[in-house]
Amino acid sequence: MEFEPKLVGFLCNWCSYTGADLAGTARISYAPNLRAIRVMCSGRIDPTFIIKALYEGADGVLIAGCHPGDCHYQEGNYKALRRYKLLKRILPEYGVEPERVHLEWVAASEGEKFAKVVNEFTDKIKKLGPLNMKQSIFDSMKEDIVVHESAGEEKGGEADEA
Amino acid sequence: MKLKVGIYWGAACGGCDVAILDTHEKLLDIAAKMDIYLWPIALDFKYDDVKKMEDGYLDAAIYSGAIRNSENEEIAILLRKKSKVMIALGACAHLGGIPGLANFYTRDEMLKRIYIDSESTINEEGVIPLESWNVKEGELDLPRFYNTVKTLDQVVDVEYYIPGCPPVPLQIYSALSLIWDDMLPPVGSVIGAGDKALCESCPRVKEEKTISEFKRIQQVLPDPEKCFLEQGLVCLGAATRSGCGARCIKSGVPCRGCYGPLDDVPDLGIKMLSAIASVLEPKEEKEIDDVLDTIVDPLRTFHRFSMPASILRRKKE
Repeated sequence: MEFEPKLVGFLCNWCSYTGADLAGTARISYAPNLRAIRVMCSGRIDPTFIIKALYEGADGVLIAGCHPGDCHYQEGNYKALRRYKLLKRILPEYGVEPERVHLEWVAASEGEKFAKVVNEFTDKIKKLGPLNMKQSIFDSMKEDIVVHESAGEEKGGEADEA
Repeated sequence: MKLKVGIYWGAACGGCDVAILDTHEKLLDIAAKMDIYLWPIALDFKYDDVKKMEDGYLDAAIYSGAIRNSENEEIAILLRKKSKVMIALGACAHLGGIPGLANFYTRDEMLKRIYIDSESTINEEGVIPLESWNVKEGELDLPRFYNTVKTLDQVVDVEYYIPGCPPVPLQIYSALSLIWDDMLPPVGSVIGAGDKALCESCPRVKEEKTISEFKRIQQVLPDPEKCFLEQGLVCLGAATRSGCGARCIKSGVPCRGCYGPLDDVPDLGIKMLSAIASVLEPKEEKEIDDVLDTIVDPLRTFHRFSMPASILRRKKE
């Protein structure tokens, strides 16, 4: 079976979510892999959300906000851009391909662009393959399992859930 | 009746034990209130003495240091069984600390670097430590060196955390006094620290932050009155718990984050990444890249003490 990536999309309320809505009302068909989450502004997207999404099973994360200069809150999309830029730099340190996180500006009128962005992003992640972050981190702790006879086994030895 | 206490160090430098001694004359109060049943750095007790105790015999175990090898873990499990209350002392037990930076590498990479590749090493045969070795008297064992450094609460249940690298001595004293005064807060609390970010208690003058270049502390003579971050020096005060009394800041050094994240923040490093990136000046991609180029090793800087306690915990292999 072909690998179908799980993608999480954080879409800003004022432009990109409306753009996604337009793609829907215009009946444009596009890849069904993206789970859209509406946020009030791309500047609201804490990089913690993105790291958490990757840890919990997302293969890629899409951030979409208003075009530069169009932010409903003046500056939010610039903050999103800077965070995105810094986050992309540190992802390789975690062993994650930086292409798995992608930012795109999508206006409320750009339903077609939204569909195109999702299709292209889905294709890109398909080529990269599954991420399996949580499983691979636990797997790498497997050799840390030691039975402590003298102390008696309790909680130790497992790569337990944080 | 005096409290029965065990003090232990896992993967630690001993600084937390020294911090206990640095309570100075308050140490006499501690000695008057507590009998110590294990303290490898200062007193001669054996693991067997602890093993012979009944479960729950000790009132408290104070554990400093991260879980780096199987011995650290074994004693953590042993002390957990023998103690009513388990206290993580210092950044390593609380968050993984400096040893936790090893989670950016694998066990094999670490051993190769330390025993074969390091500049001061000559090891032509490529000998690295083995876990067991046969000699004519029998088999000798070493603890297993783990692939991943863990925090104390990732191997045993922990009731309280005293943060810091090292914790402020008087904060240790006040945390210990909570035990003998029977005033302990709800389980899971961080004790001996504040509940707001360090910026709240920082004495420096803070204005609008717009950063166009980062510098390192050795490259500039910082203004003694002005916020470090506004001067382009990476300071983790915005995402770090207060309680240290801004001791680094007052000594002219930016915060490195040893007191750890605030309540309900799962990842100090990523939170700091968010804070730093949001206050950059430029809006154009190229200019943003130019500013980001001036942050040296951002992830290890933001995660200096907290990598094992972060969301991802370690590098993916």
